[in-house]
Amino acid sequence: MRKRATNSMSADLSTTVSSAKGTDQDAAPVFALEETFLGISKSRWPGIIAPLVTGLIFIGFWEGIVRLKGIPSYILPGPIIILQTLFADWATLSIALGVTLKITFAALIAAVSVGVALAILFTQSKWLERSLLPYAVILQVTPVVSIAPLIIIWVGDVNLSLLICAWLVAFFPILSNTIMGLSSADHNLVSLFQLYGANRWQTLRYLRLPAALPFFLSGLKISGGLALIGAVVAEFVAGTGGTASGLAYRILESGYQLKIPRMFAALLLISTSGILIFLTTSYISHRLLHRWHESAIKRES
Amino acid sequence: MNSTAPVGSAARQAGVRPLVSVRALSKKFSNGTLALRDVDLDLFPGEFVSLLGPSGCGKSTLLRLISDLSAPSAGTIEWPGADSADAYGKAEHSLGFVFQEPTLMPWAQTLDNVTLPLRLKHMNAGEARDRAAAMLDLVGLKGFEKSYPRELSGGMKMRVSIARALVTEPKVLLMDEPFAALDEITRHKLNDDLLALWERNRFTAVFVTHSVFESVYLSQRVVVMAARPGRVMSEVMVDAPFPRDNLFRTSADYAHLCRLGSEALKQAIDA
Ligand SMILES: Nc1ncnc2c1ncn2[C@@H]1O[C@H](COP(=O)(O)OP(=O)(O)OP(=O)(O)O)[C@@H](O)[C@H]1O
Ligand SMILES: [Mg+2]
Repeated sequence: MRKRATNSMSADLSTTVSSAKGTDQDAAPVFALEETFLGISKSRWPGIIAPLVTGLIFIGFWEGIVRLKGIPSYILPGPIIILQTLFADWATLSIALGVTLKITFAALIAAVSVGVALAILFTQSKWLERSLLPYAVILQVTPVVSIAPLIIIWVGDVNLSLLICAWLVAFFPILSNTIMGLSSADHNLVSLFQLYGANRWQTLRYLRLPAALPFFLSGLKISGGLALIGAVVAEFVAGTGGTASGLAYRILESGYQLKIPRMFAALLLISTSGILIFLTTSYISHRLLHRWHESAIKRES
Repeated sequence: MNSTAPVGSAARQAGVRPLVSVRALSKKFSNGTLALRDVDLDLFPGEFVSLLGPSGCGKSTLLRLISDLSAPSAGTIEWPGADSADAYGKAEHSLGFVFQEPTLMPWAQTLDNVTLPLRLKHMNAGEARDRAAAMLDLVGLKGFEKSYPRELSGGMKMRVSIARALVTEPKVLLMDEPFAALDEITRHKLNDDLLALWERNRFTAVFVTHSVFESVYLSQRVVVMAARPGRVMSEVMVDAPFPRDNLFRTSADYAHLCRLGSEALKQAIDA
């Protein structure tokens, strides 16, 4: 699709030698579609295939060594047994996965809302930031394992305690990144908003929030993984069983019962969830930034 | 198209009230720098004035003071010729500002960048879009409404910046070395385009530059400033008629005026 302007500014000036050739209109953008394969652009495929092949080779080695050396499955199960166990125990494991994921996502949502809300409050009021930010830092640097028992005792409800622990771990990257982003808007743009008499809300909505978006998203990528880690670690500390327990408890339980393949299967689910969370947040980030932000732009040379 | 005598200087001679009147203006920064001392400057409706001076003589500071982005330490800036003023006595809608960098919002498409000033003034979206599109057409960027700033060249970004500054139809357009970062060919083209816009809309233009040639080519009046402390040294009147084009650029008049400008600038630097 190619658009052309008919009357450029210089065209109404009789004294200016005007010609249609070589003006900016001739350089009007042509949005060509990149070639794709299975919905993914061709240039991205190597980045997908390379790690897959490496992984397959590694898994092959693993299975081979386990078989050749006859390593018993209670010390190191092979990938095939792990997969079999995953299917065999899917009923229990899927419930545990659901519990862990529910806590992870609830914690992530809470981290995003509280992190962004606090960041906005802090940038609106320097005093609020001065009085509260140090405590957010203290919460962040205190290892969650060390306060999890306290939280569990105080809160009583196990799931809520786990949620709070995971939230504690996840919210700081969002808070600090968003604070940074909100105050990193181009100062000339800030002047421009001031010049046109923009009020606080307009400056926030049209300038500070969009400027903070890339920073927030990189915080989100970190926090997604941290929320999962927080949920799992806190459950280890809580160590509570029952039907409504998550993957961490299944790992503990398998350890006690020497069901090592099941332990690996649970581990596999945790890692897979982590990877999926990372891919999802990366994808969201790419969708939101790819048209304008340097980090997401593929430069044509 | 307008090829009559310069309105600005004529108005000045005819004793018309200035649009902006700067009196005994001083600016001292908190670190002790005296950026401006006792500056007097009148801007008449529809004239094109250049501020010429060495680095650090307070040109940017003066523009920021005129646009009320920073407060003077002493002296006054009045708008005797402005007919509408807001609750604080500031002339509303009457200023456009073009920075040295295009200063566009990278997340917004060209059209949205140009509608920004109108949206901030709560104009309804449809009307704002129409006016911005018309303005983009005027600066020769029709067809680029949906492009993001990173997809535009340096010169095109500057045009967007100018379109954004003019979309509110300001009485005064302040430009702080807008073309300093561009190559000479682009700069000449934008100079011509800027003059065409000015002849069409007749805003009061204040153009900051380091280039004697650019200041003489564009303006009716070159105000020469000196540094440490920043102050107005002298004025060079450029009485050449408009429209100006390459013929003017190669004329003896132009060469003569540039020499006058250079001498005034040299005096200002040595002062
Ligand atoms: N925010 C500030 N705080 C302290 N000093 C400042 C500030 N802004 C400018 N100055 C000082 O005021 C003086 C004038 O600065 P200004 O930017 O107005 O100069 P200028 O004429 O625009 O220079 P240039 O041509 O290099 O852009 C300089 O000495 C500068 O160091
Ligand atoms: Mg400057």
